[in-house]
Amino acid sequence: MTSPGWPAAFSGVRLHVVSGKGGTGKTTAAAALALALATGGKRTLLIEVEGRQGITRVFDTAPLPYEERRIAVAPGGGEVRALAIDAEAALLEYFEMFYRLGMAGRTLRRMGAIEFATTLAPGLRDVLLTGKVKECVTRTGRDGRYVYDAVVLDAPPTGRVVTFLDVTRAMADLAKAGPIHSQADGVVQLLHSPQTAVHLVTLLEDLPVTETLNTVRELDAADLRAGALIINKVREQWLPDRSVAPAADGRIDTARVRNGLAAAGLDLPAEVVDGLVAETVEHAVRVAAEAAALARLDSELAEPMPRLELPHLLGGVDLGSLYELAEALVAQGVHVRQTSGASA
Amino acid sequence: MSPPKQPPPLKIDAMLDDAETRILVCCGSGGVGKTTTSAALAMRAAERGRKVVVLTIDPARRLAQALGLGELSNEPRRVAGLDADGELHAMMLDMRRTFDEMVYAHADPDRAEKIIATPFYQAISSSFSGTQEYMAMEKLGQLAATGHWDLIVVDTPPSRSALDFLDAPQRMSDFLDGRMIRLLSAPARAGGRGLRRIVGAGFQLFAKAVSTVIGGAMLADASAFVQAFDTMFGGFRERATATYSLLRSPGTAFLVVATPEPDALREAAYFVDRLSTEDMPLAGLILNRTHPVLARLSAAKARDAADNANGPTLAAAVLRLHADRVELAEREDRLFSRFAGAHPEVAVARVPAVAGDIANLDGLREIGARLAADGYPEHERSAALGAAR
Ligand SMILES: Nc1ncnc2c1ncn2[C@@H]1O[C@H](COP(=O)(O)OP(=O)(O)OP(=O)(O)O)[C@@H](O)[C@H]1O
Ligand SMILES: Nc1ncnc2c1ncn2[C@@H]1O[C@H](COP(=O)(O)OP(=O)(O)OP(=O)(O)O)[C@@H](O)[C@H]1O
Ligand SMILES: [Mg+2]
Ligand SMILES: [Mg+2]
Repeated sequence: MTSPGWPAAFSGVRLHVVSGKGGTGKTTAAAALALALATGGKRTLLIEVEGRQGITRVFDTAPLPYEERRIAVAPGGGEVRALAIDAEAALLEYFEMFYRLGMAGRTLRRMGAIEFATTLAPGLRDVLLTGKVKECVTRTGRDGRYVYDAVVLDAPPTGRVVTFLDVTRAMADLAKAGPIHSQADGVVQLLHSPQTAVHLVTLLEDLPVTETLNTVRELDAADLRAGALIINKVREQWLPDRSVAPAADGRIDTARVRNGLAAAGLDLPAEVVDGLVAETVEHAVRVAAEAAALARLDSELAEPMPRLELPHLLGGVDLGSLYELAEALVAQGVHVRQTSGASA
Repeated sequence: MSPPKQPPPLKIDAMLDDAETRILVCCGSGGVGKTTTSAALAMRAAERGRKVVVLTIDPARRLAQALGLGELSNEPRRVAGLDADGELHAMMLDMRRTFDEMVYAHADPDRAEKIIATPFYQAISSSFSGTQEYMAMEKLGQLAATGHWDLIVVDTPPSRSALDFLDAPQRMSDFLDGRMIRLLSAPARAGGRGLRRIVGAGFQLFAKAVSTVIGGAMLADASAFVQAFDTMFGGFRERATATYSLLRSPGTAFLVVATPEPDALREAAYFVDRLSTEDMPLAGLILNRTHPVLARLSAAKARDAADNANGPTLAAAVLRLHADRVELAEREDRLFSRFAGAHPEVAVARVPAVAGDIANLDGLREIGARLAADGYPEHERSAALGAAR
């Protein structure tokens, strides 16, 4: 089952992980979510970890350094900051902290030594990235309050996200002792707590739905909390429900369409009417396929999941329309609970 | 305003029929339709009389079934149900098995067994990013070497960037050549004096740091693997180089696939530029999943009329969905014009999105027909779609 809306429990979540099949709109949805959560005077942090500068593309700003920067103002006086975590820089930073490499660090990086080390132990990269995320989530200011009301992570795609979040398993690859282990314990705790939710972006198409269902099962097996389904690029359905099935089958009463057009003041040549009818058939086939995809989510999910929807923007996504998407999320109930002080 | 210049058409059938066309490689960013396009092109070539093999990578389940690929076989199998005298054979890349076979081909059986048994090999052969690309090249080399095929159509692995297909084998080579592993596992001995001087004591520290973090055992394992691998490595590198030159040979052409989306077109543009710097031949761009307008009527007019219709009639719905489609098509045209403006020499074939699933050979045949027609084929245009395009 899926049910529309944002459950109350999510307004207390501090780390919103956003994943989904490649290209379904993870970065867009994460950005819209960060804006929505910041609405009304909150401060959120949007993090990306794949070194692709996806955030700057969406917000149309210059590439982000490895540093938290304000990138947008939210309606009602909130703000969104952004951070692109660079795994290699994070590894160097980490080594610096414990081993004082000095200048050699940069040379090593140029030689590809850092990349090599993370290739040898892929889990190392993930542990460092999630470690930095945790630091941001739990950071407090002088007043003892959290610096960020919520953190949104534009996470790796569904194929990799569970491995990425399963820090416990990654640690098994790494040496048994050392500073990295003590750091990882805190990360594990955060990721498996109700303070974290993993939202999955999907389109109503066969492949993304299949991946979503698989990922929900994998998350469950790894004892991670699935959050909401974010159905992206939801297109307008103009045909009434009862007309969809016959139209998808090609059964459209052309004479009725022609008369209706005439009544609306349009007297069109036969080939234009035929073209309109052909477009209507395609529209109906798509609507039917989307309904089937949603029905699959409804029937194959073992546990009910909340569902949010983002409209398909015909003109594409730009900074202005990102606010439209954020507004759509707010209208579906997305918000952050007033934070009390940090308790950790 | 003058109408935008039309790009040169990509003459698919002429290309498929040309006996000189021996290898077609379909590249493009993730999810744009590389696998579908490869299969459709191969099928069309076969139905036009050639003996074709298509090397697919991770095809969607239904497409695999349509091609009769039940499980991974790693060898071509003939596809039944074609309308012609040509032959279509299909295979799915099994990257692990291809890698194993390579090891067996380059080492005596004992040594090969040993290498394959190391956990390090298991990791590299199944999850190192780039292994799939490397093995796809290897398989292509093998298929070409048999001399069996009139035409080999190659799909490329799912990846963010189309460039990965060209870059990954080099990365893999660099990794396997073991310089870094030797440096890390025995920094005092390896690497040459010059290098050691540059990084100095920092490197020793770094090596120590790495081994504390990832564990000495892992490094030792990696190092043993590289040593065992060393003697074979020359062979590997040679093979990769040979396959690369195959990609530059006159019988090979690249097709870059993109959807009319900013990211996909940007990747396609990078790829086109890269091919030209590498002197690799580009056949053209396949603009996949377009939504051309089928009825000549502006969006504004359609919306106005829908507002005039009395109530939510069928005609009003038809007009509104048409208006949306016009907007979508305009955006797609705009995005594509930007690409075409920067790359006016690139030939293009447009493939309108098929509604519904591509689940059988008929579906592939339909894609093939759209590829060849640069849009809707004649029979559809006159029958279902009316005249307008
Ligand atoms: N609701 C929407 N309406 C219209 N276009 C959208 C919408 N959401 C996303 N897009 C577009 O779809 C494309 C993919 O979106 P996005 O980059 O957010 O996906 P992603 O899942 O982060 O991709 P990747 O896997 O490459 O990181 C972009 O061109 C984006 O502008
Ligand atoms: N012209 C088309 N019309 C409609 N659907 C299409 C078309 N081409 C491809 N598709 C669909 O798009 C999806 C992705 O296609 P495909 O698997 O071929 O892409 P790909 O580039 O190989 O993806 P990956 O990068 O994951 O390997 C599939 O569901 C396929 O059926
Ligand atoms: Mg993204
Ligand atoms: Mg594919």
